[in-house]
Amino acid sequence: MPIKQTVNNAHSAWMDAEGQGSNIVISSRVRVARNLAGIPFPHLLDQTRAEEVIHAVRLAIANDEAKHLLGSLELSMLGELSPVERQILVDKHLISPEFTNNYQSKAIVLRDDEVVSIMLNEEDHLRLQCLLPGLQLKEAWEIIDKVDDGLEKTLDYAFSEKLGYLTTCPTNVGTGMRASIMLHLPGLKLTKQLGVVLSAISKLGLTVRGLYGEGTEAQGNLFQVSNQITLGQSEEEICNNLLVSTRHILSQEHAARIALYQQRREAVEDRVYRAYGTLRYARILTSEEAMRLISDLRLGVDLNIITGINPSKLNELMIKIRPAFLYKINGKELPAQQRYAFRAALVRKEFENLPQ
Amino acid sequence: MLCERCGQRPATVHITEIINGNKKETHVCQACAGEVQPQGFGFAPQLNLNNFLAGFLHELGGAGNNQVMEAGEKCGQCGMSEGQFVQQGFLGCGSCYSHFEDRLQPLLRRIHGNIRHTGKVPERTGGRAKVLKAIESLKEQLREVVSREEFEQAADLRDAIRQLEKKLEEGGEA
Repeated sequence: MPIKQTVNNAHSAWMDAEGQGSNIVISSRVRVARNLAGIPFPHLLDQTRAEEVIHAVRLAIANDEAKHLLGSLELSMLGELSPVERQILVDKHLISPEFTNNYQSKAIVLRDDEVVSIMLNEEDHLRLQCLLPGLQLKEAWEIIDKVDDGLEKTLDYAFSEKLGYLTTCPTNVGTGMRASIMLHLPGLKLTKQLGVVLSAISKLGLTVRGLYGEGTEAQGNLFQVSNQITLGQSEEEICNNLLVSTRHILSQEHAARIALYQQRREAVEDRVYRAYGTLRYARILTSEEAMRLISDLRLGVDLNIITGINPSKLNELMIKIRPAFLYKINGKELPAQQRYAFRAALVRKEFENLPQ
Repeated sequence: MLCERCGQRPATVHITEIINGNKKETHVCQACAGEVQPQGFGFAPQLNLNNFLAGFLHELGGAGNNQVMEAGEKCGQCGMSEGQFVQQGFLGCGSCYSHFEDRLQPLLRRIHGNIRHTGKVPERTGGRAKVLKAIESLKEQLREVVSREEFEQAADLRDAIRQLEKKLEEGGEA
């Protein structure tokens, strides 16, 4: 899919709720950092040398021998996109927020299904990412492993026998791998158990962050759990550790939901229906409020309080309501009050044809 | 509009923050306003990863090493000086890892609890590392096979290991 289509469409393959535990696990992501041997890391590169990196990758993805590993990839310069389009790529989790700074010497490679994206000249020369719906961490690693092999047919990576893949920041050296799982945890939040579970997680060498990575707060009860250690563990071990911990969080979230529904059924139903009602009829919605309501509604759908709503539609809605996408649909930026009204109208339309 | 935070009182305080060019608007009631304004005390903590790393490096370097650092020994390939590295917590290129090895080792141990890569090895450029890894995995299989007393298989594995080791010696590169 051409990149212009990507930024005009809120949908992405990772939103299609499927796979194990998909009512709690939104998506699984694997990202690996790679650098080219003999070229200084991006923070030391001027425009010309940065473009050399992009050129090398352009050749690597065009290699016919690697086609079967790479799939259909397309490279676009980040500078060719408007600021809003770049923000939409961030909102869709295809690039990191930091990647949009100093965009002149950066490029993005996207696979046609948007499952694979590669950031060029972010903190490292290449950052390969695979994003899949539901709990599919190993599958995501297998895809990245192949794409990585495909690129390595042409590219010489900075690699050391002892330290593995060499990265700009020593916190990524070794596998260069960050695996993360995005979870929707309203049950633990409502039963006030979130802090306990999350602090236990951090003792296992994992980190918990908000929706858009480092330094972002958790919106809509969405959390990302990811590994911290990249050296001394194999990629498979990293995936396994994260999966074991995630299964534990899943069972806790599940237990919390059951307890809530058994002990506070009326209150839970009230919360869900209020969210549904507000989303269907509100005239003014901020993105924080919309995210909170979508989270409540999602809980209602998971608990079968409300039927007929596809969870993947809610995943997509989380992206549609973000300011950049509203700007894109509207064609120009709106002042805050008008944006809130525009967002409410868009959300109403989404629920228009559903049963009362 | 109701307060975004408590959802109970009307939002009367509207905060616009612009951080790194990203605009964020917050609408809260008077009661919640005090809690959501991080700059309320005119203080925003400088807590990013690189500050922490730089702190570690300073500390691990010890006072005696400070002079070497100031003198700024440089990486032969990218020209990154030790001082720069300690300040930023970032390496300049792949060669920096061998150049600053002594400084890095304690840091890596502290971050990862380990200083040896055990994961993937690149197919084409992995060279020796790839063969070493294959030998390691064969030896692991050998231990299992021997413990199950399957000696015929064990002999095959030993042959395979010997062949790879020979390949390493012939390859000769360090």
